[in-house]
Amino acid sequence: MNVGAKSTRLHLKLEGWRSRTLLLLLIGAFVGLGMRAVYLQSFNSGFLQQKGDERYSRVIEMPASRGIIRDRNGQPLAISTPSESIWASREDVEMKPEQTRALASLLSLDPAELNQRLNGGRGNFVYLKRQVTPETAQEIMGLKISGLYDQAGYHRAYPKGEETAHLVGFTDADDHGQEGVELAFQSLLGGAAGAKRVIKDRAGHIIEDVESIRVARPGQDVTLSVDGRIQHLAYRELRNAIALNHAKAGAVVILDTQTGEILALANYPDFDPNNREHLTGTQLRNRAITDTFEPGSTLKPFTIATALETGKVTPNTVIPTTGGQMTIGPAVIKDTHASNGLTVSQVIQHSSNVGAARIALSLPPESMWNTFTDVGFGQLPKLGFPGEAGGRVRPFKTWRPIEQATMAYGNGISVSLIQLARAYTIFANGGSLRTLSLTKVTGPAQSRTVISAQTAHQVSDMLELVVKPEGTAPAAQVRGYRVAGKTGTAHKVVAGRYANLYVASFVGFAPASNPRVLIAVMIDEPSGGRYYGGLVAAPVFSLLMGNVLQMLSIPPDDPNSGDFQIPASKTGAAEDT
Amino acid sequence: MLTIKALRARLLAPLDPTLFNASALLMAMGLVVLYSATGSDLAKVVSQVRNLGFAFVAMWVIAVIPPHKIQRLVFPVFGVALIALVAVALFGEVSHGARRWLALGPIRIQPSELMKIALPLALAGYFEWRGRDLHWADFLVAGLILLVPVALVARQPDLGTALLIASSGFYVLYFAGLSWRVISGLVLAVLSALPLVWHFLHDYQKKRILTLIDPTQDPLGAGYHTLQSMIALGSGGIFGKGWLQGTQSHLDFLPEHSTDFIFAVFGEEFGLLGELIFLALMGVIIARGFFIATEGSTPFARLLAGSLAMTLFTYTFVNVGMVSGILPVVGVPLPYLSYGGTSLVTLFISIGLLMSVHHHRRLVKQ
Repeated sequence: MNVGAKSTRLHLKLEGWRSRTLLLLLIGAFVGLGMRAVYLQSFNSGFLQQKGDERYSRVIEMPASRGIIRDRNGQPLAISTPSESIWASREDVEMKPEQTRALASLLSLDPAELNQRLNGGRGNFVYLKRQVTPETAQEIMGLKISGLYDQAGYHRAYPKGEETAHLVGFTDADDHGQEGVELAFQSLLGGAAGAKRVIKDRAGHIIEDVESIRVARPGQDVTLSVDGRIQHLAYRELRNAIALNHAKAGAVVILDTQTGEILALANYPDFDPNNREHLTGTQLRNRAITDTFEPGSTLKPFTIATALETGKVTPNTVIPTTGGQMTIGPAVIKDTHASNGLTVSQVIQHSSNVGAARIALSLPPESMWNTFTDVGFGQLPKLGFPGEAGGRVRPFKTWRPIEQATMAYGNGISVSLIQLARAYTIFANGGSLRTLSLTKVTGPAQSRTVISAQTAHQVSDMLELVVKPEGTAPAAQVRGYRVAGKTGTAHKVVAGRYANLYVASFVGFAPASNPRVLIAVMIDEPSGGRYYGGLVAAPVFSLLMGNVLQMLSIPPDDPNSGDFQIPASKTGAAEDT
Repeated sequence: MLTIKALRARLLAPLDPTLFNASALLMAMGLVVLYSATGSDLAKVVSQVRNLGFAFVAMWVIAVIPPHKIQRLVFPVFGVALIALVAVALFGEVSHGARRWLALGPIRIQPSELMKIALPLALAGYFEWRGRDLHWADFLVAGLILLVPVALVARQPDLGTALLIASSGFYVLYFAGLSWRVISGLVLAVLSALPLVWHFLHDYQKKRILTLIDPTQDPLGAGYHTLQSMIALGSGGIFGKGWLQGTQSHLDFLPEHSTDFIFAVFGEEFGLLGELIFLALMGVIIARGFFIATEGSTPFARLLAGSLAMTLFTYTFVNVGMVSGILPVVGVPLPYLSYGGTSLVTLFISIGLLMSVHHHRRLVKQ
């Protein structure tokens, strides 16, 4: 190190120039600091002030409480209760082992899983658990773990559980409707979240409310047309019937024929809307509305009605049935019971395919297509329900004779159960098609005339014959009431071919003298040995109809047939729980 | 009556009015800001007042002792400080990844703070002892006396304090007449060694320097301190937000807001005006220190006073520069404002030494 070669003479007196140099440096430095301060605090202060505000001023959302969904009697089907979400800022979380254990147990998580959530994944923000009860959230926050926060919100609860699952649907963790009425009426139920400006510290705790930007507007309540008691019954009996017949699935629709209100809408397989952890698509489907099937013989009344309307036949016109068999080209149409001639009424009563096909072939395809279309087949029911299916009715110009013949008894056409139920309102209402409603109807019912009242009454009379001892569905009888209805047993199409699987159905209404209630039952793939609509679906119909008529205090119109007895459960496979 | 008056005069005599009054004002400001910076925590303010009481007594005692008597103590003091530093290196407490603290029974001290005083004392004493004829070898020895404690502090690691201690020692060498050629040689050597120094820096130290160039590069990491303190200062505006009204510190956005970054709290609450008042008062104290240095009775006194005045300036400049974002982040307390016992006592010992030099300027004439 070279520190000057010569010896230095030092006066050890502060030399003037040394002091002055330092003094200059000193003044320069202070002026520099002063200028920097001026720059930061006057020229740049606007920008820095804004930056500063951004760091603590936050606009936070105030969740709006969601409207209640009620049945027609005011019973709640979906309600919102306050709930909290627990979230963490991963970087700031510091926990002692005992805190980790306590937190994991309060969140009902495995400690390893909790650590996984806190340490795995990207980003700093993580929800540890959504929809925690306020009590649990309070306990969690009581652990005083840094970096852990709670966020207020609402939790949706469904008091009727599985019974109304498909109808009511459910919301997601952000309280948005995902299925059913929750989705269909989202804009009404949802309300609008409010907002307020708050001051937060670095840890995210709210220190002070500054101003309210928007007051939360709570969602409106929705009152459905559904009657909780009838829904309960429909659900219970459908489940029992499916168990009894070892069926794959099923659905029931119950309508008030005078108002068009849907009184019940049940589906199976079902799910628990309050616990959707292991939900599958099969469980989720609201079959009555979203699934279409080939209806089979339940469509014959519409063919007959068309024929009656055109004046080609009367109820007593005899149709040759050629031994219960007929051939059109290479195809053969068969009846279950051989006969050589049936009146139009008997075609319905015995559900003769040959008779229906003969009648159909005497009609122009366009008239049949018009009837089908007028009653809503091939068109969306426009209930506002998510995932509505319109079914399929091919344009009449493409119909070949064999197709026209089979369509007469409901093959080669597809409908949903709700479409079928709605279409039957023309026979119950003197020819008028009711507009269906999912919500309670207060004003006058809406309808549209499709066939003449005379035709409607004629078909209704034929439908009454179906439940007579000679008909296909004596099991559909309800003591004390006149019942009109029609069975359906359709082969299922699997991979483009008719397989040995069936859809059994029954659609009917009562009291036939002044119809009030319409019930459609569909049982998919019964495999308990019976598969005819008259054996599988009709008993369900009978039981439901009897109970519903009693429940609604509708006076009997056929007292001679005896009194309706409320059985515990006619299908009786499982106890009501 | 007369005796009480005489006693008071005797007690007050060693206290230089300029230094005393400026210090009292600054200290009052410091306590007021500290109350706000700690989130209205009276306990911390009380603790600082206790430190202040101790520091004041130390200042008075030292002001009473004439420089030539202090001179006799410089080597023992330096020795003790050096041993304490070695002790820290061997069994100091680790806090925030650095070994800086030494626990002596109930009290914890930071020996590096002591060294800030002990080194200029020792060097001034050394030059006084070497007398009028200084050989270049004397500077070499002085350089060694300087380097040993600096190296120990740098190893803690506390590069900021090490550089400050080095600077306080260097001022003594500078005033003692270190050749310009050597100074420029050293400057060149330091500049050319910078890449090498860079290589030996810790990652966090590199980051702090890079952050200075662009604090927004890593706004939540290394740049966080600087950005937050700049925002705090800037949002104060010209007149400030008012006492206890600062948001950045109160909402916990500003780190170290009662110690190294307290100037940001001060600036946010008292604005540009408050800052300029603070800088002006510091300027008064430093200028007074310079004046005292020029009239010192012995070379020891002059060298010591000059170095202490410059050290006060350095602390102020480095801290305020760091808070306002023109210097990298180093852990340097701001005189009078920052919370902390050791640095407060050290500060008042410096003031006491300056007062002693002033009070005894004519009493011991050579």
